[in-house]
Amino acid sequence: MLRLEKLTKTYKTGDKALQDIDLEVPSGQVLALIGPSGAGKSTLIRCINRLVEPTGGAVMLDGEDLTRLGSGALRRARREMGMIFQEYALVERLTVMENVLSGRLGYVGFWRSFLRRYPQKDVDEAFRLLDRVGLLHMADKRADELSGGQRQRVGICRALIQDPKLLLVDEPTASLDPKTSRQIMRLITELCRERGLAAIINIHDVLLAQMFVPRIVGLRFGEIVFDGPPEGLTPDKLTEIYGEEDWEATIEKVEDEEDIEAAE
Amino acid sequence: MPVFDKDGAQVWRLRTPREKLIRLGGWLIGLVIFAICWQRISEATTWFFVWDAPRIANDIWTRATPPRWEYITQLGRPIWDTLNIATLGTIIALFLAVPVAFLAARNTTPSKLFIRPIALLIIVSTRSINSLIWALLLIAIIGPGVFAGVVAIAIRSIGFCAKLLYEAIEEIDHAQVEAITATGASRWQVMAYGIVPQIMPAFAGVAVFRWDINIRESTVLGLVGAGGIGLQLSASLNVLAWPQVSLILLVILAAVVISEWVSAKVRGAII
Repeated sequence: MLRLEKLTKTYKTGDKALQDIDLEVPSGQVLALIGPSGAGKSTLIRCINRLVEPTGGAVMLDGEDLTRLGSGALRRARREMGMIFQEYALVERLTVMENVLSGRLGYVGFWRSFLRRYPQKDVDEAFRLLDRVGLLHMADKRADELSGGQRQRVGICRALIQDPKLLLVDEPTASLDPKTSRQIMRLITELCRERGLAAIINIHDVLLAQMFVPRIVGLRFGEIVFDGPPEGLTPDKLTEIYGEEDWEATIEKVEDEEDIEAAE
Repeated sequence: MPVFDKDGAQVWRLRTPREKLIRLGGWLIGLVIFAICWQRISEATTWFFVWDAPRIANDIWTRATPPRWEYITQLGRPIWDTLNIATLGTIIALFLAVPVAFLAARNTTPSKLFIRPIALLIIVSTRSINSLIWALLLIAIIGPGVFAGVVAIAIRSIGFCAKLLYEAIEEIDHAQVEAITATGASRWQVMAYGIVPQIMPAFAGVAVFRWDINIRESTVLGLVGAGGIGLQLSASLNVLAWPQVSLILLVILAAVVISEWVSAKVRGAII
């Protein structure tokens, strides 16, 4: 469904953030993108919906090259891709409901959105999604009154109400505590399964990635150095991605934590 | 930072003797300049009038008190005009300042090379000319009266409001804008959802702050014939009706205190 062909991004400073990335994501597959800070994870997913303009290569979504679209067509293409952010990126001074409905901006006209006159089916869907993530009672609260985990749930609703085919998820758990992180990762992966969504999840927490995601792609210096199932992440591979370190503890801990999860 | 070795102990001083000398010289030069300036001013001053000042001040004070309270019946209309000049002027200024601010802010301007300098020029030019001077110009163009006052206040306020607003726009959280853009929203929708909610507190703060300033500025506009209570003030000054002058000053003081209280309340409620 999504295919990156020789995707390249070179910043004006000369930094090569991405170098000839080839990646294929089939429909409904959830994929975790791991790698050290500065490896190009954020740049990669931002090049897909062109929040960052790639300097070379192609992004094929259902056979259409997104890098060649004009601004109108790009906006229509962006509707197909929901995005979830590290610091939630909710509009802090708007209510939870307005934030969720803002996911429909690509579908409604300016005045309808400006006057908050969204179609009834959008409102119904917003309530359904808020109920699904357990925030129905918060619909009228302002976004800045919510806790981190709650905000990220609102962010997830905003992405899902777009009715996307693909989720682009940028460090969804980086600002959350360990327990909430797991809940959010579980929620995202569950929702993807329910709706048959593909997802690319940037994540720097290797453990979380291994726990929830069936395919892991390792990025280093803008190049893919690993692509495979979580079991394939051996100490050697982690060293290749992150550099020299004692990885045994990290890998062992995965099994331990799964036991704890099961015990809960 | 000099360190001396004195009888085997490490002695530390902030400055070397040479640095101390240079500083002392600097202070001396400053003192000389002050003395010369003082002498110049003294030569240009008619000291007789200055020595006379306390007596004159006392004379005016006795003439001005008590204020002529019954004159207040004639001040209702002018102070109402003054409030209207300030309020209308502020509203017009805000309408004009918003687009200018968006054109001037680095992150929303359509063109950094051509449009931004023009917007900045509008901000600088309207800000740098006092409203009294604008009023003088406008009275010559559109004739004396309240309308000239409103326009003078409006023009004077554009730059101030636009400058504070564009600084607020430049400081917004870019992630929220990015998130709205990623939904496929149009340029205008990104503005309405990603930017406007973030600058609303700044906008409200600027609006009441400027309104508060404008009330003070509009009290003097009448001096040059642009309507409001200043008209009464200049008329009373011209006929040396000191009891009326003192009453007008009291009324202005009351208006300013009330406006300050209102703006503090409103800002407190919003931010």
